[in-house]
Amino acid sequence: MLPALFFYLFAIMCVGAAFMVIATKNPVHAVLFLILAFFNAAGLFVLLGAEFLAMILIVVYVGAVMVLFLFVVMMLDVDFAELRAGFLKYLPVGAIVGLLLLVELVFVVGAWVTAPLLFSDAPTPNMSTVSNTQALGEILYTRYVYLFESAALILLVAMIGTIVLTLHHKRDVRRQSIAAQVGRTREEGVEVVKVETGKGLK
Amino acid sequence: MAEFWTHFGLPTFLIVAQSVVMIVVLLIVIAFTLLADRKIWAAVQMRRGPNVVGPFGLWQSFADLIKFMLKEAIIPAGANKGLFLLAPILTAGLAISAWAVMPVTKGWAVANINVGVLYIFAISSLQVYGVIIAGWASNSKYAFLAALRSAAQMVSYEVSIGFVIITALLCAGSLNLTDIVEAQNRGLGMFGWYWLPLFPMFVIYFISMLAETNRPPFDLLEAESELVAGYMVEYSSAPYMLFMLGEYVSILLLCGLGTVLFLGGWLPPFEVAPFTWIPGMLWFVLKVGFLFFLVSMVKAMVPRYRYDQLMRLGWKVFLPLSLAAVVVVAAVLRLWQYGF
Repeated sequence: MLPALFFYLFAIMCVGAAFMVIATKNPVHAVLFLILAFFNAAGLFVLLGAEFLAMILIVVYVGAVMVLFLFVVMMLDVDFAELRAGFLKYLPVGAIVGLLLLVELVFVVGAWVTAPLLFSDAPTPNMSTVSNTQALGEILYTRYVYLFESAALILLVAMIGTIVLTLHHKRDVRRQSIAAQVGRTREEGVEVVKVETGKGLK
Repeated sequence: MAEFWTHFGLPTFLIVAQSVVMIVVLLIVIAFTLLADRKIWAAVQMRRGPNVVGPFGLWQSFADLIKFMLKEAIIPAGANKGLFLLAPILTAGLAISAWAVMPVTKGWAVANINVGVLYIFAISSLQVYGVIIAGWASNSKYAFLAALRSAAQMVSYEVSIGFVIITALLCAGSLNLTDIVEAQNRGLGMFGWYWLPLFPMFVIYFISMLAETNRPPFDLLEAESELVAGYMVEYSSAPYMLFMLGEYVSILLLCGLGTVLFLGGWLPPFEVAPFTWIPGMLWFVLKVGFLFFLVSMVKAMVPRYRYDQLMRLGWKVFLPLSLAAVVVVAAVLRLWQYGF
């Protein structure tokens, strides 16, 4: 009964927050509602017993990706009237994407209802013997290790590409070199001069 | 009705009761931690520190609490009211909720979950929202700049903290905080804890912890000479107090996590009679107190970093070091089967 109660709580909050993402006028509020939606989805994962996935969802999406989103949205000076003006123009495209997603979802749910056997022999180890993290690690690093590694490589390439595209070396900027500072000796830094009265330094 | 009670009422009641006890104890400890911080700081500078309210100024924090509660809460006219008030609640609430998984002594965690470390990591990565929302909702230049600074800082140091945690997890072979402490119980007393084999990681953890909680010398968001007082510059009375509370709770939380990962949690330092008589909870509190003392001493002694130095330290020093450490620790564990 308690899990059911929390399921409905998380599910209603999740759907509500997701709706508010597109309904709210202020983009910062939209991002915050998206965060709320992620958070509730993580709650649903916990109820399903996928605790590792739930925590990773929060760490990666809420803790890192959405922070960047929020940064960008807060820095932008968005003209809302202008945004609203394009609404009708983009409506057909949005509707088509939404429709496609809906059809896919119907197929998935339909298959699950009509052919439940397809889903019953999913390769999940018994959750009572193996913890979530261990089960995921065992399958990721054995059976799917090549796919996993190639996904990591793609991310690495994307990261290097971004750095190469955005990095500009400015020539006339004085940079701090900690090694040079620490390696400085007294002779280089200080000069003791005996100044005679009335003459000053040359 | 009886079934309703055993399946629904009793578990709920137990969880709520445990949580309330945890929060009350935590808040009382925080009150004295704040005082200790000020006293240590004062002692280093050869001052007396707060010494008026109660014996040795022991009730100072409670006097401050009453003062904050009775002051007028000012909300700036241009502020986004809802988010402005949400930010401090979020900060304090998140910080406190992370304590749910902390094993104070054997079996004494409100929730002994399998992904305890990840839970704490997730919650502390959420902490950044309190800062960003506060900075944005205040509608003030200083607050917003401080929020951006602090958010970048917290996100940067989270990465190295993550890798440091992974090295300890590799040695323990579990994400459960209780199991991690048990794994350090190897009959060697304090020499079996992970601070010894993973000493460089312990140092990196400690420094990253200071940066993650915006403590000096990394308190750039508060840099009063540049930014007045950081993202909470527009806050007053109770909302401001919630920020302070959240800050100290998360400092203690990271001290607690450091205790669990590197200092053997509730285990006694020597496996002989007078030490084993002392209950584990006391050892836990002592170790957290020791770490907090170090944090406090750093505040008193080290000058503030410049922002580019902070970023250099995080990305160019700690990140490669901790990443290399993960590889080295994993290789050592795999090749020599060395039971850390």
